[in-house]
Amino acid sequence: MQSMAARDIEQVFRAEHGRLVATLIRRFGDIDLAEEALGDALVTALQTWPDQGLPPNPGGWLQTAAANKAIDRIRRESTRDARHHEATVMTPTTHDPVAEAAAAVEEFGVIADDRLRLIFTCCHPALAPETRVALTLRLLGGLTSAEIAQAFLVPEPTMAQRLTRAKRKIRTAGIPYRVPQAADLPRRLAGVLAVLYLIFNEGYLASSGDDPVRDDLCAEAIRLTRVVRTLLPDELEVTGLLALMLLTQARRPARVAGGVLVPLDEQDRSSWEPELIVEGHGLVRECLRRGHPGPYQIQAAINAVHTDAPTAPDTDWGQIVALYDRLRVVHPSPIVELNRAVAVAELDGPAVGLALIQDLPLDGYHPWHVARADLLRRLDRPDDAAAAYDRAIELTDNRAEQALLRRKRLAVQDPR
Amino acid sequence: MKQYLLSVHHESPEEVANVSDEDMQRMFAQVDAFNTEVRQAGVWVFAGGLEDIDSATVVDGRGAQAVITDGPFSETKEYLGGFWVIKAADLDEALEWARKGSAACEGRVEVRPFQGEAE
Repeated sequence: MQSMAARDIEQVFRAEHGRLVATLIRRFGDIDLAEEALGDALVTALQTWPDQGLPPNPGGWLQTAAANKAIDRIRRESTRDARHHEATVMTPTTHDPVAEAAAAVEEFGVIADDRLRLIFTCCHPALAPETRVALTLRLLGGLTSAEIAQAFLVPEPTMAQRLTRAKRKIRTAGIPYRVPQAADLPRRLAGVLAVLYLIFNEGYLASSGDDPVRDDLCAEAIRLTRVVRTLLPDELEVTGLLALMLLTQARRPARVAGGVLVPLDEQDRSSWEPELIVEGHGLVRECLRRGHPGPYQIQAAINAVHTDAPTAPDTDWGQIVALYDRLRVVHPSPIVELNRAVAVAELDGPAVGLALIQDLPLDGYHPWHVARADLLRRLDRPDDAAAAYDRAIELTDNRAEQALLRRKRLAVQDPR
Repeated sequence: MKQYLLSVHHESPEEVANVSDEDMQRMFAQVDAFNTEVRQAGVWVFAGGLEDIDSATVVDGRGAQAVITDGPFSETKEYLGGFWVIKAADLDEALEWARKGSAACEGRVEVRPFQGEAE
């Protein structure tokens, strides 16, 4: 018998959380009840597993324990309601929540994965974007409201209130707990993927705080995207998003050195993670074979070109510009124009690149100032470059990126 | 089925006053067609358009003597212009009716669930 630390149990619990809570919500129709019952089951696991060892099927054990806890709660509630009922109207009810819940437990053996329903509920367009992110991390990721609050630098009571309000709206407004119909699926799936990508990006370049990269958020976003891909294997944009995340995450070990962000062309490529690159490239090939790639698939392909180059000068910029040409057709935006212009500058020179980005409406977007500054530096306009770096530094709160930009700014002002 | 209020809010009385006859006729026809669709789908509960905000009167009966004042609650920018009450299985269904209603009346529509147990 192996003894288990509370930490190990919590890890098992975290990994199973989305599946467990999703099934409990479907069976009992109540998010709060599902969460409370699961919390009760965790307490029991923490009491019994350290002595008795991990059960053969921890997920199944937790599911059964949580379902029983839910029934206990319903029974207590209904006893209270029944007493209240007798005191007021003395009318017997035909509705028997305990029997219904027990019947629900019987069905546990044959359930499909409910996480897909849950993610569409969490990412429903009737919820505010920041709420979708928080709810997805809470219910599918199993993060506590304290952890989510910390990740997004808001006070814990604020986050707890946001989650409570969201759950109340789901209940009172009747936000459905189901996978959208085929006609709505692409639009709604795009909303889900946007939430997952937002979680990943917040992790990969934290908008503020002490850690330049929040590896926990990146890992969670990748894990959830893998789940969605398993559940919707024919939706290629999901595959594309997973590939995009993996190929970005592969460069993580080279991304920060001594608290300073390292730009792609200066990264030590030998420290990139080969397994992630291999997996990402495989997914990109799978997408490209099927044709008509959407925005995430094209962005993944662009990252595949980057990760294919053994050194920065080996980068196939022609291929990257061609991919941006496709991206601007399926997903036109000033940010795509900016990234395309940066690639064009590698092929046709900084003057051409600068002309392409000069009039983009991106004054509040710090990467635009960074791109302008880099191009102005290459065009030997140090004063203009320094001003653009200053503006970029002002607009970012990520310390590692600020450190990089300050270094670049010093270099243009004081050329060796 | 739950019941939902789909309400149409106007930005200002001027906004309504400035609508040309031709535009008004078109909106009426569109809303008529939408109302017919809602009825035929069997989800109609009630609907109505309201007179101008100038016609509003506020009654405060909380004290011993009711106080009657001219005008709407407060000088808010937006005010209720009309509404539908419909039955829907869930919010997605209600949002789809709201989308059609919004296109018909050429205004934004707010969707709010009624209190109480679903039937």
